[in-house]
Amino acid sequence: MNPIQTLRVALRAILRNKLRAFLTTLGIVIGVGAVIAMMAIGAGAKQRVEEAFAAMGTNVLIVLPGSTSAGGVHGGFGSLPTLTWEDVAAIRTDVGTVKSVAPTLRSSMPVIGEVQNWTTSITGTSPEYFDIRSWPIALGVGITQPDVDGGSKVIVLGQTVVDKLYGPNANPVGQSVRVGSTPFQVVGVASRKGQSATGQDYDDAAFIPYTTFARKVQGGLGKYLQGSIMVAATSSDTTSRAQQDITALLRDRHHLAVGDDDDFSIRNLSEIANAQQQGTDTMTTLLASVAAVSLLVGGIGIMNIMLVSVTERTREIGIRMAVGAEPHHILIQFLIEALALAVAGGIIGVALGVGLAVWLAARFHWPTLIQPDVITISVGFSALVGIVFGIYPARKASQLDPIDALRFE
Amino acid sequence: MDEQRVIELTDVTKVYRTGDVELRALDGVSIDVEKGEFVAVMGSSGSGKSTLMNIVGCLDRPTTGAYALAGRHVAGMSRGELARIRNQTLGFVFQQFNLLHRTTALENVELPLEYAGIAARTRRSRATRALDRVGLAHRLHHHPNQLSGGQQQRVAIARAIVNDPKVILADEPTGALDSRTSVDVMAIFQELWRSGITVVLVTHEAEVAEFASRVVIMRDGRVVSDRAQQAKLAQPAPEATA
Repeated sequence: MNPIQTLRVALRAILRNKLRAFLTTLGIVIGVGAVIAMMAIGAGAKQRVEEAFAAMGTNVLIVLPGSTSAGGVHGGFGSLPTLTWEDVAAIRTDVGTVKSVAPTLRSSMPVIGEVQNWTTSITGTSPEYFDIRSWPIALGVGITQPDVDGGSKVIVLGQTVVDKLYGPNANPVGQSVRVGSTPFQVVGVASRKGQSATGQDYDDAAFIPYTTFARKVQGGLGKYLQGSIMVAATSSDTTSRAQQDITALLRDRHHLAVGDDDDFSIRNLSEIANAQQQGTDTMTTLLASVAAVSLLVGGIGIMNIMLVSVTERTREIGIRMAVGAEPHHILIQFLIEALALAVAGGIIGVALGVGLAVWLAARFHWPTLIQPDVITISVGFSALVGIVFGIYPARKASQLDPIDALRFE
Repeated sequence: MDEQRVIELTDVTKVYRTGDVELRALDGVSIDVEKGEFVAVMGSSGSGKSTLMNIVGCLDRPTTGAYALAGRHVAGMSRGELARIRNQTLGFVFQQFNLLHRTTALENVELPLEYAGIAARTRRSRATRALDRVGLAHRLHHHPNQLSGGQQQRVAIARAIVNDPKVILADEPTGALDSRTSVDVMAIFQELWRSGITVVLVTHEAEVAEFASRVVIMRDGRVVSDRAQQAKLAQPAPEATA
């Protein structure tokens, strides 16, 4: 008997009990469908983290001032200014692994155009900021060093702010806006950056020179920087080194004794991204193992039905043996039947899983990513389930005694 | 080895053991069947004739003694080898027809050829020819449940002869048929016998045994009588083959 005939016999046997075959494969369908959908969600989340990670830059460190500590209650990082403007200068000049440094002072304020106004996050910073964030200026020249030195009233708008004030695709360069009561000239529009992993809109922001920010918003430059410092290391490989160097420099500058806590903190974005990635991976593994259990249950279902099928068709097996079927013919026939059931379940499951992933993406705006190799592996795994759980019933069928099988009523 | 001797049973015993109880189903049976004989094996139930049939049919192996089918010794053959022997040397006809349900007459007849690994086109033509030979050329695509008992048995006979076997083994082939249809079926067996196929038939009906050229009578696992006879001609009713 050639393989095509065997397959035909198996398919005919399956189609004889359509409902039963469908119910049998349901376990595999649900298992594979769940694997595909879960992996798509996991991969989508992972991709989003990776994008966010790439958007932030792989070599970026954020230096935050220390926390207040009053009566044992910690106020959280940044609540007490401990970083000075001289610290900024020292990091820039004294740490070899640092490429560029940008102070970032932040406040939420209304930006008022001629017709519309929009409250957004205003960042006071230096020209290096856009390099560090790998965030080019789309229109205009942006903030320049002379702007910082002179405390110019110039502003760079994010795309969302442009959309809100002037409408989509407008070019507001050269226009005048007010931030609070101070008039600013628009000198640039930042390119569109999209959303962060947590859904925060990067483009809902505006940027002015930090000198201007300190004077107009914070009432003067002062000694301490009331914000954080964004630092780019020379490469992603030197990021950790830069973190150590900056820590050492600041501890020295702040005259901290050995054993004292740092009065600042440094966030390494690649560490955060890695942690987030690990979280996503754990979640994906967890979901996939739940789905794998479902596949296992599906396999047991197939074994159960195949055992029933062998019993029901004992006489058929006897007839086939009498006319010349060898044990391996019978074995292969039932194995192919189990395999066909499992693979059919796998294919239906793939369709279901892909459909579910697409639906989730559309309905809840979840990031999903369907990977072709996951589909291949799922179908392959269901085939394996079919063989593993089909082998026992098939062996049982092939070992039947032809005389007993023929007498079976 | 005598080429003419298709079945050679020498002092064959078959013992079934259930716990401490020992049942000697066959107790020293020696029968030789020459090519072209039509042998009827008779006996009441429990006489051992079914056990004999299973051994001759290579469905079972003797406990002791030797069995050679068409010159080949069966003892020590694997299940797979026995299956190939059944496929190529034997054709079975059973009391309950034993056709596959929901499978056309043609496909039922093709079944032995499938296991013999014969190509689809050849299978089709040989199965069609076999069905034509038993007078069912007009019922190729009918399922067993659409056929009468006599027609089903003729499909079974077509299946038995499709592989050009040396021996046809029939186990109570008329047991589930009325007397007139029985005669029709026996006429087919006689036709096959005259064409040179050896036929071994198990029955408990004396009327059926009359159509054979030799009658072996068994009792308690032994052969008690073995004689040749003039076979009575089976005359099919004229309209039966229509």
